[in-house]
Amino acid sequence: MIKFLVNGLLRDRQRSLFPILIVAIGVWITVFFHAYITGVFGELVDTTARFSTGHVKVMSRAYAENQDQKPNDLALLGADQLMSDLQQQYPKMTWTKRIQFGGLLDIPDENGETRSQGPVAGMGVDLLSPGSTEIATLNIEKAIVSGRMPQNPGEILIGDNLAQNLKVKLGETATLLTSTMYGSMTMYNFTVVGTIRFGVMAMDRGAMIADITDIQQALDMVDASGEILGYLENNIYNDEEAAVIVDQFNANYQGVDDEYAPVMGKLRELSNLSDYLAMGENFSGILIFIFIMIMSIVLWNAGLMGGLRRYGEVGIRLAIGENKGHVYRSMIYESIFIGLAGSVLGTLLGLGSAYWLQTQGLDISSMIKNINMMFPAIIRAEITHETYYIGFFPGLFSTVLGTSLSGIGIYKRQTAQLFKELEV
Amino acid sequence: MENSVLIKTEKMVKKFPIGGGFFTALNDINLNFKKGEFAGIVGPSGSGKTTLLNIIGSLDVPSEGSAVVMEKAVEKLSQREAAKLRNKYIGFIFQTFNLLPVYTVFENVEFPLLLQDFSSNERKEMVKQALEWVKLSDKEKSRPAQLSGGECQRVAVARAMVKKPQIVLADEPTANLDAKNSHNILQTMEKLNKELKTTFIFSTHDEKVIEYLHRKIRLEDGQVVNDEIITSN
Repeated sequence: MIKFLVNGLLRDRQRSLFPILIVAIGVWITVFFHAYITGVFGELVDTTARFSTGHVKVMSRAYAENQDQKPNDLALLGADQLMSDLQQQYPKMTWTKRIQFGGLLDIPDENGETRSQGPVAGMGVDLLSPGSTEIATLNIEKAIVSGRMPQNPGEILIGDNLAQNLKVKLGETATLLTSTMYGSMTMYNFTVVGTIRFGVMAMDRGAMIADITDIQQALDMVDASGEILGYLENNIYNDEEAAVIVDQFNANYQGVDDEYAPVMGKLRELSNLSDYLAMGENFSGILIFIFIMIMSIVLWNAGLMGGLRRYGEVGIRLAIGENKGHVYRSMIYESIFIGLAGSVLGTLLGLGSAYWLQTQGLDISSMIKNINMMFPAIIRAEITHETYYIGFFPGLFSTVLGTSLSGIGIYKRQTAQLFKELEV
Repeated sequence: MENSVLIKTEKMVKKFPIGGGFFTALNDINLNFKKGEFAGIVGPSGSGKTTLLNIIGSLDVPSEGSAVVMEKAVEKLSQREAAKLRNKYIGFIFQTFNLLPVYTVFENVEFPLLLQDFSSNERKEMVKQALEWVKLSDKEKSRPAQLSGGECQRVAVARAMVKKPQIVLADEPTANLDAKNSHNILQTMEKLNKELKTTFIFSTHDEKVIEYLHRKIRLEDGQVVNDEIITSN
């Protein structure tokens, strides 16, 4: 009997090939989009953590309230001691100081007159200390388009586009015009030793990277820092762990009535990414739910159509003496076979296309020119353990569900039809 | 066994709900069919022929009275028991042949045997024998689409007969056949009836079929108006 049913299934393409293709396409889409969403959100979180917020960030309360303006006049004082305390309290974490600033970068000619000038969004990071993790965190070496890493005080990197706009050459002097921590105007000369492109539009637009010691001197911020960023162990963000650390840290300063007292925040709150991340976390579930619903409806209809076409077969099987339960079970077995075949095929196709997007990436920089978020200019999929089974079970489940539902319909209609066929 | 009653209906009534009331399709049917009969139920459309065949075939149950087939009261059978009764004792032949298009002639004929406990070799022998009865041994690997209408109906006859059932119910078996094929198929069935003593019950209004009948039961408005033995079996 099994051989008989398998022969029928294999010979009748509308019973096998067509539903297998439907399932495979559905599973393919699910697997690919899961990897895509995981990749985009993972990259978004990672980029935001690396460039902007860390996994946790310590600021002064006043700075935190106005952090969009990067108000260095409200920066943390005694930053070195605070860093030391944090390192001691959370030894498995990596802590680093950063100063973000804005200003004008002036390129003088041979006479010292302005040759070109442009706004910069700069960042003072630890580039020169032995064992600094910032070069790796910001992936600066890979981001260098021309020139080299700063090796001495006073050397900076600037955005490649900015360098082209300012027509500045490597080795030339660039003067930063900005205000100090105390509000007075300052000018500080740097040497441009390299140009960079991070692939994050919000960073690349007018980027300037300098050693934090230089920036502390330029902005009169000795032993001060706008922000102290912390990265969890293995550089993997865990929201629950971050929340515990934030609560512990902030509890120490609960009774302190000082607007310059340090306050810690975590990535989700700081980056306004909460909604995006929540959406990202729920997206797979929503996607799977929608997929199951749509596929069930499609397969239900496909099953009904196939069933109508197989009216004669089911009718004759009942008339010959096969009981309804046996007919129904054989249809379910067929659907399991189809679901398995379609799900395996769809998963393979999904993984293949996701792998392509993971390795090749898709450059969307032209579409996000004006975005201020830390959004990666090249989106990539990310294949995780979940990707391997995210479409498989829904594919199988919806196929069997669709057949179960259509089978019930066929049951009732088939009997009636059989009677009708016998009617004179 | 020669004259044993295989089918017996007593005061059988079948009603179908229509709107707020009921339509009486069969009324007070009292019939006996013995082993080896070659009988036909004739009558105009809507006279209840199909309903009667459905009940005899345990595809439907009477509303009142009883229908006993192979000593089983149809109205008391569960769905599974009714399927078993059909599987073991009853063969069906349909107007539209109802062959399974993706299977070969051999597989179509073999199908009823798959529901019973026959070995592969036994099935093979039985199918070959059934195809010999209907003179289609050379077509066993063909698909239904490759056969003529007459050949398809002969396959259907082979399928109905392969398990050597006690009863064959044939619903307008010649309706889609030309005169020559109709006679061929009827001669085949008559021959099988004689050789195997299978009871054939036709539902028909085809004169060609009526010519072959040994017993003619005329139904009108759900009632037997005439039950005539034409030729002694």
